[in-house]
Amino acid sequence: MHLRDHLSAAWLRLTRHIDGPLMAIVLLLLAVGAVVLFSALAPDTDRFIQQIKSVGIALVVMWIVANIAPHRLAQIALPLYLLGVLMLIGVALFGVTVNGSQRWLALGGFRFQPSELLKLAVPLLLAWYFQKAEARITFSNFLVAMLLIAIPTWLIKRQPDLGTAMLVAASGFYVLYLARLSWKVIVVLTASAVPLVWLFAHDYQKQRVLSFLDPAADPLRSGYHTLQATIAIGSGGVTGKGWMNGTQTHLDFLPERHTDFIFAVYGEEFGLVGNIVLLALYTALLVRALMIASHASSLFDRLLAGTITLMIFTYAAVNMGMVSGILPVVGVPLPFVSYGGTALLSLFICIGILMSIQTHRKLVAT
Amino acid sequence: MRRRDFWRWLPRRHHYEIRDPARELFLFRQRLWLTGLAMLVVFGVLLGRFFYLQVIAHQQYQTQAENNRITVVPVGPSRGTISDRNGKVLAQSFSAYTLELTPSKIDDLETTLTQIGELIEITPRDLRRFRRAMEESRNFDSLPLRTKLNDEEVARFAVNKYRFPGVDIRARLYRQYPEGEIASHVLGYIGRINDRDVDRLTDSGDILNYKGTDHIGKTGIELSYEDTLHGVVGFDEVEVDALGRAVRSLTKVAPIPGDHLQLTIDLRLQQLAEQSLGEANGAVVAIDPNNGEILAMASMPGFDPNLFVEGIDIANWDRLNTSPDKPLLNRPLRGAYPPGSTLKPFLALGALTSGKRTADYAFNDPGYFELPSGAGTTYRFRDDKPGGHGRVDMYKSISESCDTYYYVLASETDIDDTARFLSQFDFGQITGIDLEGEATGVLPSRAWKRDRFSGPRYKEEHRRWYLGDSISAGIGQGYNSFTPLQLAHAVATLANNGVAYRPHLVKRIIDGSTGQSKEISPEITRRLNLKPANLAAIKKAMVDVNREGTAMRIFKNAPYTSAGKTGTAQVFSLRGERYVESQIKSHLRDHAWYVAYAPAEKPVIAVAVLVENGGFGARAAAPVARALFDDYLLGKREPVKPPSDDNEWEE
Repeated sequence: MHLRDHLSAAWLRLTRHIDGPLMAIVLLLLAVGAVVLFSALAPDTDRFIQQIKSVGIALVVMWIVANIAPHRLAQIALPLYLLGVLMLIGVALFGVTVNGSQRWLALGGFRFQPSELLKLAVPLLLAWYFQKAEARITFSNFLVAMLLIAIPTWLIKRQPDLGTAMLVAASGFYVLYLARLSWKVIVVLTASAVPLVWLFAHDYQKQRVLSFLDPAADPLRSGYHTLQATIAIGSGGVTGKGWMNGTQTHLDFLPERHTDFIFAVYGEEFGLVGNIVLLALYTALLVRALMIASHASSLFDRLLAGTITLMIFTYAAVNMGMVSGILPVVGVPLPFVSYGGTALLSLFICIGILMSIQTHRKLVAT
Repeated sequence: MRRRDFWRWLPRRHHYEIRDPARELFLFRQRLWLTGLAMLVVFGVLLGRFFYLQVIAHQQYQTQAENNRITVVPVGPSRGTISDRNGKVLAQSFSAYTLELTPSKIDDLETTLTQIGELIEITPRDLRRFRRAMEESRNFDSLPLRTKLNDEEVARFAVNKYRFPGVDIRARLYRQYPEGEIASHVLGYIGRINDRDVDRLTDSGDILNYKGTDHIGKTGIELSYEDTLHGVVGFDEVEVDALGRAVRSLTKVAPIPGDHLQLTIDLRLQQLAEQSLGEANGAVVAIDPNNGEILAMASMPGFDPNLFVEGIDIANWDRLNTSPDKPLLNRPLRGAYPPGSTLKPFLALGALTSGKRTADYAFNDPGYFELPSGAGTTYRFRDDKPGGHGRVDMYKSISESCDTYYYVLASETDIDDTARFLSQFDFGQITGIDLEGEATGVLPSRAWKRDRFSGPRYKEEHRRWYLGDSISAGIGQGYNSFTPLQLAHAVATLANNGVAYRPHLVKRIIDGSTGQSKEISPEITRRLNLKPANLAAIKKAMVDVNREGTAMRIFKNAPYTSAGKTGTAQVFSLRGERYVESQIKSHLRDHAWYVAYAPAEKPVIAVAVLVENGGFGARAAAPVARALFDDYLLGKREPVKPPSDDNEWEE
């Protein structure tokens, strides 16, 4: 065999479980993210390099996950869930408190946020559970599923981290929805969720919602983030102020500009045109993910892929909605763009799972 | 089974459908694509939101972002200098570093003050001034704690600046009056803008022009020429970050400096006038009769205007404000005194003009004038000279200052005619000098008295004009009350043969940017219709005053001819008793007056001198005029001392 053949064989082995279209879209999103993040972090290049490294690690992890067959993922669903819940209990007992929230677990000098793990563990477990139950949503199944969602949700809510708790709960309910929970129940659950959440919300969480309803009422405190972010986006206009030229960004008016509010930097510097490009990329990603879910070979695969799709959509939509001022402020990063290793890692695990589902189906089929 | 029935609302179809994988997949896909549809709707809403923010409301957010980014810093113009007619600087501005606190930005003011005190010397006086400024300041103002920091102090604070939020070092413009108390009433002073100033500036629409200015003229020329001296505010557009730190300067609109003023005041003459008054309280006004330029305008005692610039401290304020000598009173402008005999030349001129007297008409002076006061009794108005002046004509009535002559004249003249004539010399009204706050004085007439005593506290008998009122008024006493400025102006008008110029203090306005100067042209306010013969008679009589009359000794050996009139204004009614100066407490002593002009042939200077409680005008006031004339006409400058012999001095 020639060297070229060796190389091409190696390349084939390497990319066997990589979904081409999905990879292309993700790389484009990463490119957009890198451009914005560079501007948002400027003049600090150290953290930009740090993020590039994180992307590298995340891609490797994605590749590893993509090479794991979906049924193996089903096998670790329950242990992963139990580990996550255990760690949440650990957080409640000996967690590290930062900014008044007890969210972190210190493991040998390394700080870890277990709630992040649950975002993946809960849909994984429920998909596995309904696969076992052969998609029969009986009353007992439903009750068990509700309990499986409620335990981690309650633990995260009391940290307090209402945003993540709601996202974890949402990931569970997405599985239920895709497993064809009756519309009647969905309506009842949704209707009861809103007052329930309000009832259990902390004062600062309520304050956020109230300031969302009228950000100008308290422009220097809770409404400040939203106000400055909408000013940034609005002042960007159609074509934006240009890369590295956002005044809201570079004169420090935008808080959290490299993490949760990075979309404001993007909107300010690239304008409506940039926003449309980003929305188009997300749409392409979601369409591809929906296709993967649609063609998945097993119920577990279908539920998992569909839920992951909905979660990515939720992150993107909630983040853009919050930054542009039509949703209250919840700590949700913008997928592929916001700074931060942990969020990136879980995101790429999700992409890896999607690729695994897609590529292993092909292998089964052939 | 009953339990299951109870929960029948839960989906039950699955029992059958689970057997059909194809239908299973179809239903899953149905939900999945429904999800996709929901996603599209949500993205559509987001797109709509972006469209609203970035297209429809773009302008508004653009403005808000610019407002965030750009701060306009006003830059105060440099205030014009004030100099005397020869260019000697009397008031100037300079820039220096100040340590300033913005109390609204400081959490613990007391601790901050203590800590600053450990770095930079803060005197108790600085602290007192700062607290006083705090009470009077505009909200959120930056207030000076220490002024005129030296370079080392600036450096020391700069290193520690981070410890003191709300404390800054700024370059500020200061006002300095290098001559101190000299001409203090003319110059006035500037002070920090207070709430009343803000209200006034807001009303006049000038408030924007004062955005970068801390001080405003409070009195004197500084007040009256505020608009000229101030200039136009400039702006510095600065890009700031979220913490308000200036990142870079965008555009600059330089302030237009205020214009400089060159006064008509001759600093040398002014100084001499103030020195000549010595310890006495009094006023001197010297005017050039040919154009109304005020050569000297002294008011003693004075004050140091430098004390007021950064806010006067309480001790100094109390001293100035409560002193019985009233150092803050601008006597020539606002002090009204009975003119006494200095009014006689004008009364005589009135009599000549109306034809009531000729210059040569003479009568025998018994030393008093008797006015019937009802029920057969008479009231006797005395002349100062017991036994009278003998045969008195108009010349003698002025040169020897014979009261009886004027008692008789007054008894034959209607007061309203007198008032009408005198008002032509601006007695009882403002002269129109370019200083704010000029007093009108009182030129008595029937209408005036009626008005003065109107109101329920007075009865008709108070308001009626009596012949006795006319007699008192006839020798410059009674209700007569004029400012030294009015007298100087009247004498200047007389010296200039009835052509009156508006008295003014500013000779030239020099443009602060171009240096172009604009002369203030003399303004004739009146041309009195006076017969040359009558004028000549009065002028001759006034020359006689200095040659052989009451001021003869003061003007002995003067190498020029001068004309004058002495006067003594009663402070305290003696009720017919003889006035013996040594027996009267000093503050009840008569005020000494002297008005004069020189040279008599072609006057170039006219003066009015008032010495409060100085006694006889000839002794106390006339030497001041002699000194001014000697200096102005001969260039000789020594205060002229009155002869020290104790011979009688008389009006």
